Amino acid sequence: MNLKRAFRVWQRNFTVYTKLYKSSIALNFVEPALYLAALGLGLGAFVKEINGVPYINFIAPGIIASSSMFAATYECTYGTYVRMTYQKTFDAILATPVNIDDLVAGELMWGATKSMLYGTIIMIVISLFGLVDSAMIILAVPILFICGLIFAEVSVIAAATVPGIDTFNYFYTLLMTPMFLFSGIFFPLDNLPPVVAKIAFFTPLYHLVNICRSFSSGQVGSISDILWLLVVAAILAPYPFRLMRRRIVK
Amino acid sequence: MSFMNVVTAKALTKDYGALRAVDAVDFEIAKGECFGFLGPNGAGKTTVMRIIYCFMPPTSGEVRVFGMDVTKKPSGIKAKIGVMPQEDNLDPDLTVFENLIVYARYFDIPKKISSGLATELLEFVELQGKAGVKIGNLSGGMKRRLILARSLINNPELLVLDEPTTGLDPHSRHAVWDKLNLLKAKETTLILTTHYMEEAEKLCDRVAIMDSGRIITIESPARLMQMHGGNLEDVYLKLTGVRLAGEAS
Repeated sequence: MNLKRAFRVWQRNFTVYTKLYKSSIALNFVEPALYLAALGLGLGAFVKEINGVPYINFIAPGIIASSSMFAATYECTYGTYVRMTYQKTFDAILATPVNIDDLVAGELMWGATKSMLYGTIIMIVISLFGLVDSAMIILAVPILFICGLIFAEVSVIAAATVPGIDTFNYFYTLLMTPMFLFSGIFFPLDNLPPVVAKIAFFTPLYHLVNICRSFSSGQVGSISDILWLLVVAAILAPYPFRLMRRRIVK
Repeated sequence: MSFMNVVTAKALTKDYGALRAVDAVDFEIAKGECFGFLGPNGAGKTTVMRIIYCFMPPTSGEVRVFGMDVTKKPSGIKAKIGVMPQEDNLDPDLTVFENLIVYARYFDIPKKISSGLATELLEFVELQGKAGVKIGNLSGGMKRRLILARSLINNPELLVLDEPTTGLDPHSRHAVWDKLNLLKAKETTLILTTHYMEEAEKLCDRVAIMDSGRIITIESPARLMQMHGGNLEDVYLKLTGVRLAGEAS
């Protein structure tokens, strides 16, 4: 893998993004805003407080984490798949000095970048609404990139293995949605059967939510959560390359 | 060194699972030559092309391009070649001009240089008025010409053309042939696959006739017609066996 050539792939995605973002970026605010309004205000009227924090402030850091997660997964499932299959962009790129490993690295870096970008934008908006207690939340920005890399890895693995684009429905219904609901964004996992917390421990989102929540309340994020993300990002790293090589090069 | 071979393949074999797509073929392509691969669908032409431009490695055998092994120096080889694939793989989100600029970046050509190159190449393929147009608004012939322009952005010494004119109307086809003849005159080595015997006769110095993964013969079109009689299409049908619409047995 050659970093400069990987950057060329990243740059291609960035160029296309700068042309298209105007038509799509607003949509990315709608969903987090809806969750904050419906659950934060609606449910918050009944729940009031969790662990001494107003309900809407409780979920706000989690919404940063989930926005960041979905940015990377949409990009590296549907986005990657469309570039690979329908647009044949990968075929065009692979006829240049860029090789398959450079290409996969570029896609992963782009997914992680988008994750960080979207998480940061939501972070700014949520902070402007006064839902974040501490400026330390800024420290979460690089963590969004690392966790975004994990989501990009998992998504590229999915894109490399699905038989068709419809199969992503399983990926979202069976993996992403349960993770979104049971990673501690909307309620602490302590009161649920212990098995839920045990499963949640194995999901990246759970750790990202912990990190965002502690930074948001001005505490130093738990080092073990950050370590967890670094280790998992490294463990997963070989698979997107291996599986994409198998899918594309044959 | 003008006689140096640009491509050498020895016992080149490619398997897709249990299917042997290319079966121990040997060929050499000289500098400045226009070399054609002819054969029915599924004969292995595209596979050979893809191995030459380092899209995938051979299962066994050796392929060298500019003296470099395709499995060891893919980036070095690809920096010196241009590829015109069978399918349209232009970037639909970018304009005609941006397609060339973004493509040039993969070759590390900075924008200062590539924008001049892109303007020249658009003129060369007669798309100068289309620089700001979206890909979706181009006709099939324009897309092919743009793909040809894109394949020339790195000033390649070797151009690999997989069915360069398939699906084009006669005018567009002749336009592409004119451009390829100009490149030939500039000593660019051309390798192409085609189903049009007229194309092979007009452009190719030598053709390899392939069937079921093997090369049946490598000769100049003139020599083939002399040996077997009739035009190149007659020779082709005779050598590959007359079948319905290229359906392999």
